[in-house]
Amino acid sequence: MKGFSAVFRRELYAFFASPIFYVVGTIFLILSGYFFYNSVAYFSLISFQAAQNPQMGGQVNLNEMVVKPLFDDMSIILLLIVPLLTMRLLAEEKKNGTIELLLTYPLRELAVLLGKYLATLLVILIILAVTGIYMVMLAGFGKLEWGPVITGYCGLILLSAGFVSLGLFASALTQNQIIAAVIGFGALLMFWIIGWSGSVAGPGIGQVVHYLSLLDHLESFSNGVLDSRDVFYYLSFSIFFIFLTLRYLDSQKIRG
Amino acid sequence: MIEVDQLTKTYGVLPAISNLSFTVHQGEIVGFLGPNGAGKTTTLKILTCFLPPTSGRARINGWDVSEESLKVRGVVGYLPENVPLYSEMTVDRFLSFAAQAKGVDSRKLKTAIDKVAGDCGLEKVRGRIIGHLSKGYKQRVGLAQALLNNPPVLILDEPTIGLDPTQVVEIRELIRSLGQERTILLSSHILPEVSQICQRVIIINRGRIITTDSVANLTTQFQTSRKIHLTIQGPDEEVREALLTLPGVLHVDQPYQSPEKYELEMEKDRDIRAEVARVIVERGWGLLEMHSRELSLEEVFVQLVTEETGGPA
Repeated sequence: MKGFSAVFRRELYAFFASPIFYVVGTIFLILSGYFFYNSVAYFSLISFQAAQNPQMGGQVNLNEMVVKPLFDDMSIILLLIVPLLTMRLLAEEKKNGTIELLLTYPLRELAVLLGKYLATLLVILIILAVTGIYMVMLAGFGKLEWGPVITGYCGLILLSAGFVSLGLFASALTQNQIIAAVIGFGALLMFWIIGWSGSVAGPGIGQVVHYLSLLDHLESFSNGVLDSRDVFYYLSFSIFFIFLTLRYLDSQKIRG
Repeated sequence: MIEVDQLTKTYGVLPAISNLSFTVHQGEIVGFLGPNGAGKTTTLKILTCFLPPTSGRARINGWDVSEESLKVRGVVGYLPENVPLYSEMTVDRFLSFAAQAKGVDSRKLKTAIDKVAGDCGLEKVRGRIIGHLSKGYKQRVGLAQALLNNPPVLILDEPTIGLDPTQVVEIRELIRSLGQERTILLSSHILPEVSQICQRVIIINRGRIITTDSVANLTTQFQTSRKIHLTIQGPDEEVREALLTLPGVLHVDQPYQSPEKYELEMEKDRDIRAEVARVIVERGWGLLEMHSRELSLEEVFVQLVTEETGGPA
């Protein structure tokens, strides 16, 4: 893909040159660290009780009591921070007019979008990678099963991929970064909680609604299951929104 | 090289340009002239594949801008209006990004950047952040990125706007030297600039081409009278009267608020300068200065534009 790497590297540079990345990354790590601490503290409390009461012993499990809730918490924090990372992707280019450079260089638009998309995803991976320290600590002090940890991370990465694609689309809609962030966040939240109405909707629609929910597909990953249906869901979600962004840019061109 | 045929672009119902047709030949420097809002930028955006035309065709190097956009973008260097740049990057980094995006071979990257940075006078600021540069330097960075990959066609939207006079001269020189091997279409509303750089001008107003001609032809074609400037030491009223009574004089004016300076308008085909000098000397006044003035492109332009908008349709 000609030009992809140029856009990809420029985008990474823009992330590291802007304070947004550092602030967002720090906040993410503080929040996830807090959740981690709480889970571990609760776990140790239960462990003490279990030590006195042998019947409880079977329920004490690091993966169930620390790792799984931590992944759930991190997915919520991602929901909050990804729109802040994606908001500038296209909105800033539109505002500064640099989109005119980008689209008049001999680059395919898809290469431009993929460069931006994957650079943002890589930045999120870097932030997530830091949380790997928590897992290493857990493994050092207790008996940790690595399988669910790895699938849990896979789930978070796929989830982020979906988030970024929707954020990219939101960013294409406007020149205003705050509007892009709000649209992105609102749409993500909608996709997050849409499953809730599954139980009140009719059986047919209920299934569809459950299928669309970003949250419902995450469940299997944190249980240590790598289900191809869920992988497929997140990938198609991403491809759909990247495609939509591409179409939207084209339609913008036609309207001028 | 650049062929535009019946090009029309409407924003909603508002026509920005209608039925524009012109050609720019290989190796030509053509000025695209018009008042603000005439449709210059729109036309240039269509030529650089940023906007699609509503109807009509535009071809660069024989490639249609809508159908073979990638090929067209590969041969066109474009300096957009207002010079958008990534302000958080250093000049070197930005140029290296632009070179990669334009498909410059990674082994030749450094030489390519060195060359454009040298051509545009950027050596001193290469390590600085673009956002901290002055307007003039930003303009040069914009020009430098357009020159990367040595494009045979250059499209420049108001290349000297916002520069100080010495920079303007330098950039003009640069453009002229570039024009020796390239096809250049530049837009401007600064007329002296166009008359200095360009071989040919296309004047547009309200989205239509008013005229296309060389600068020299335009000024002679639209000259309806000759003007000479005089500085005369003598009693104001009497001087005016004496000048007016001369045969062929149409009008005497004092445009400079200074009592000794006069502007004399006379019939186009009649040169009465010798006559004027004789009369002044005979009366015993001092003739300090006399020079004739060509009709400037500016006046031609105003004439054309006002004819177009105000004249009987």
